[in-house]
Amino acid sequence: MKLYDYVLSPSCYKARLMAALTGVKLDIRPVDFHPGAEHRGPELMALNPAGSIPILEDGDLILTESSAMLVYLAAKAAPQWLGNDTALQAARVQQWLSFSHRLTGSLGAARLHEMLLRPGDIATLQWQGMAALRELEAGLVEQHIRGQRFLASDRPTIADVACFPYVALAPDGGVSLDPYPSIRLWSRAIRSLEGFIEMPGIHRLHELKPEPVLDAGEA
Amino acid sequence: MTRNAMIDEWYPVGLAGQLDTHGRQTALMGEPIGVRLGADGNAKVTGSNGRALPVCIRYGHVWSSLGDPQKALFAIPEADQPGRRLVDVGVVRVRCSPLRAVENFLDIAHFPFVHTDILGAEPHTEVPNYKVEIREDEDEVWATQVKFYQPQAAKSAEGGITTEYMYRVPAPTCSILYKTCPPRPGEWDVITLFVQPLAEDLCDVWPWMALFDDETSMADLIHFQQTIFLQDRSILENQIPRLLPLDPGMEIPTRADLTSVAYRRWLKRHGYIYGAQLVAQ
Repeated sequence: MKLYDYVLSPSCYKARLMAALTGVKLDIRPVDFHPGAEHRGPELMALNPAGSIPILEDGDLILTESSAMLVYLAAKAAPQWLGNDTALQAARVQQWLSFSHRLTGSLGAARLHEMLLRPGDIATLQWQGMAALRELEAGLVEQHIRGQRFLASDRPTIADVACFPYVALAPDGGVSLDPYPSIRLWSRAIRSLEGFIEMPGIHRLHELKPEPVLDAGEA
Repeated sequence: MTRNAMIDEWYPVGLAGQLDTHGRQTALMGEPIGVRLGADGNAKVTGSNGRALPVCIRYGHVWSSLGDPQKALFAIPEADQPGRRLVDVGVVRVRCSPLRAVENFLDIAHFPFVHTDILGAEPHTEVPNYKVEIREDEDEVWATQVKFYQPQAAKSAEGGITTEYMYRVPAPTCSILYKTCPPRPGEWDVITLFVQPLAEDLCDVWPWMALFDDETSMADLIHFQQTIFLQDRSILENQIPRLLPLDPGMEIPTRADLTSVAYRRWLKRHGYIYGAQLVAQ
């Protein structure tokens, strides 16, 4: 399976992360997105007329939408990541997969503006990003009340992988995550998953330091 | 009010390979400037009042100045050496002082913690002693005999090696790193950080490289360097105070910080204080 990849792209990272979490080996083909704009060149435009990356190629199959890649990787290697097929859970997974595009269009665009000088109305993008984060925070709080740690279930699903990258990178676009305690806990839960990989701007979870030892006299 | 001593320095303002007649609007130290390809095929840079600013094209970039540069842009002789791959890494904007961006580039001690498993790894965290000097003839800061254990020093490195480094600061917002070159022992890979000061707490960073590496694809070389720099970016944006402190009362440096100490001393000596904090607050 070949992934046309840009190391700083959160959407490409979704595919890389999903593959790592499900133990799939990807053949990475680096694309000079910045500064070379190779994704708009003839070779990649022929593969994906939308001119976007990632592109996932597996035999005759060409996928250009990251949510479809998550479904494909999970269905092939680890179907438990699709969630169960109850009406409620299937719908929740789809709800968050679609919601993840709002994160791309707001937090992702703010990040491209602030980091790689792409055009955009930064105040509006940041405001839309914060609105999306508030919705995600509320969703996670409701899940906690139901006794579930992840977006659609008590175990991680493709919905979490779809939403995590742009959320975790919100500070790159000048949007702080400080006001969202449930998002921060959820981020910790994802980063502690077996097989988790990082990307620039998303740091690995550092091991908790041992408890400080206090002498009786000091306390 | 004294004249800003940094006004007569050269700064990167764009990639030479991406110039077009439409041009790009950017800024230098608070002044809006325009960078474009002129009708005669040469790069033109104009200041906010339409005046023509000095221009030179070097090391893949367009360079300009708001003042009257007294010297030519610093030399990097290795840039003209045959057989090197010249890599335009591309611009990254960082909400930090331009001087802090350079200082971070000069630091080795953070490698195991920020560039984990690439430029450093625990428990190999010790920075052995190295030599630092302000070379009076060239008027540059140099750190030499810097050695550090690295799991993956370069795209061309197979496994961990002890890498040797030299750091050089030839201009207040530019630094050049010379680094062990895995496929070509005896030569140094050249990795630069050219910083365009937009404001005292905002800069565009233009990394550039001149490497001996015939194997790795250009996109892969760019990705490697962007990975490293983007790991630094979130750290840089969270440093406090935002301006680089030049008042020694603020911090207690360790031996590993000698390059930073010399850099700050050199900045202070020249009055290169755009982006610096002079009195601890």
